[in-house]
Amino acid sequence: MKENRVLLVIRYILLIIASLVVLFPILYSLLISLETSNHVSTYPPQLWPHPFHFASYAEALQAAPLGRFLLNSFIMSAIIVCGQIVTSLLAAYAFVYLRFRGRDVMFLVFLATMMIPTEVTMIPNYMTIRALGWLDTFAGLTVPFLANAFGIFLLRQYLLQLPYELFEAAKMDGASQWRFLISVVVPLSRPILATLAVYVFLQSWNMYLWPLLTTNSTSMRTVQVGLGMLQNQDALSWNLTMAGVVIISLPTLILLFFAQKHLVKGLTAGAVKG
Amino acid sequence: MQTAVSNTTIPMPPRRRTKEVMAFLQASPFLLPALLLFTVFFFYPIVKVVYLSLYLTNSKGVAKHFVGMQQYVELFTSPDFIQSLRVTLEFVLLTVIPGVFIALLLALLLEKQIRGLSVFQTIIFSPISMSVAAVSTIGLMAFNPSVSLLNWILSKLFGIPNINWLNGSWTALLAISIVTIWMNLGFSTIVLLGALRNVSQELYDSARVDGANYLQRLCYITIPSISPTLFFVFVVSMIGSFQTFGQVNILTQGGPAGSTNLVVYSIYRNAFFNFQYGLASAQAVVLFIIVLVLTLLQFLVVERRVHYS
Repeated sequence: MKENRVLLVIRYILLIIASLVVLFPILYSLLISLETSNHVSTYPPQLWPHPFHFASYAEALQAAPLGRFLLNSFIMSAIIVCGQIVTSLLAAYAFVYLRFRGRDVMFLVFLATMMIPTEVTMIPNYMTIRALGWLDTFAGLTVPFLANAFGIFLLRQYLLQLPYELFEAAKMDGASQWRFLISVVVPLSRPILATLAVYVFLQSWNMYLWPLLTTNSTSMRTVQVGLGMLQNQDALSWNLTMAGVVIISLPTLILLFFAQKHLVKGLTAGAVKG
Repeated sequence: MQTAVSNTTIPMPPRRRTKEVMAFLQASPFLLPALLLFTVFFFYPIVKVVYLSLYLTNSKGVAKHFVGMQQYVELFTSPDFIQSLRVTLEFVLLTVIPGVFIALLLALLLEKQIRGLSVFQTIIFSPISMSVAAVSTIGLMAFNPSVSLLNWILSKLFGIPNINWLNGSWTALLAISIVTIWMNLGFSTIVLLGALRNVSQELYDSARVDGANYLQRLCYITIPSISPTLFFVFVVSMIGSFQTFGQVNILTQGGPAGSTNLVVYSIYRNAFFNFQYGLASAQAVVLFIIVLVLTLLQFLVVERRVHYS
């Protein structure tokens, strides 16, 4: 018994140390963001801000149009989330409830897209977007991501678990496919749709390479790319830069706190993609 | 189910064919949106990237002159690409092995259901919510010698003189690796934790009866039981490391002297700064093959595991 308690204490101590180490970069950026520029540039570095200098945030918002970047990121992520929910739901529905020739082959073809990393296709995709005249537009930012095999796969797995009798009953009642989809499947799929939405929002919000390639004007930049505008300022403005880091990380950190279950589920199911 | 062969040799009875056409027409509005997007943004670009890799292009990326495999030959004889591949491999080793090891330790700490676990869990998972831009920007400050808290700690604790991380070739790669390991910790820990919680409790109980200590249980029960997941996390981390871009772009721009010029960054530079789309496409094809082999390896092993059980 006594030995067990000692082990438990050791486990707690190790957990506290591990948590502090893992959390440190986030805490560090938060603390630096609350310092004054003069305070930041002293050596040895001082970690605790005194007094707390909230003005860094106002200054950061002035130094770069972070408000506009935030708006762009929100619009972009919202479009991608909605698009993926619609395309995934439709395709998953067909794979579960409709019988047609070549269904299994088609499903494999869809799954095969998971093996194609975006870094490999970025050159032709950039050219396609440019040819369509979509550089620097929300269309260019979002359309390539409106369908994803992961969402289809996730929803298909879920729909397969629903009782098939529901479908037969609806058919007996003479309900059309669309009616069954909207009034039965969608309400029943709410939990998995939430998981997909949270997961896709995180992925889109944190996207870096594609927005960097396809946006040029300040008014179309997303937060992830726009953050760079803060670090190119003069060397003494680390507090502004870190305020920017905190601002752009806040939406996804909030998501982690309130929707951790969904996020974890999405990530572990999405692990297949790598 | 009818095979394709019988379909072409024996014509189907008309009623059946109409039924099939109807079924197909009914399914198409459900499938077309995704199929169209996949065709335009996944399948066409894969074909296009292979095509471009066989051509010299103009500065707009239009294929002008067929050169066959020449650009591949050029790549594998070019010291820059060899260096880029070597650096990428070093980076993969530097990130994957310590990353998975640390994640395993964290997962072992989180395994036991104790009071306050959810708080620790949220904290240790928190890196999953952070973007590459945010994390790399924090890194930019952490590795800047004039404000680096990290250097200060290293000098106080170990007497290490002030390191100019991003200006030294191997310290720059190390800095990028540290940032990457931290970023991926949350994900690997989540997956490994899931596996740990699925290990049969009976195995542990019988081992305890036999008097096995913690370390023995870890080596003979835990690790073998979660080995498929461990392998999975290894492969996924490897694929992720091969796809690294943001850290390089923000922290080092490939420097100093190409020592952090990871493959994706190199593709980006060649295509969008040097306008050598053909050469960059050849690099992208090489990257694709690497990722494909790793993915297939993963599938094969998972397949085998399924057959075993």
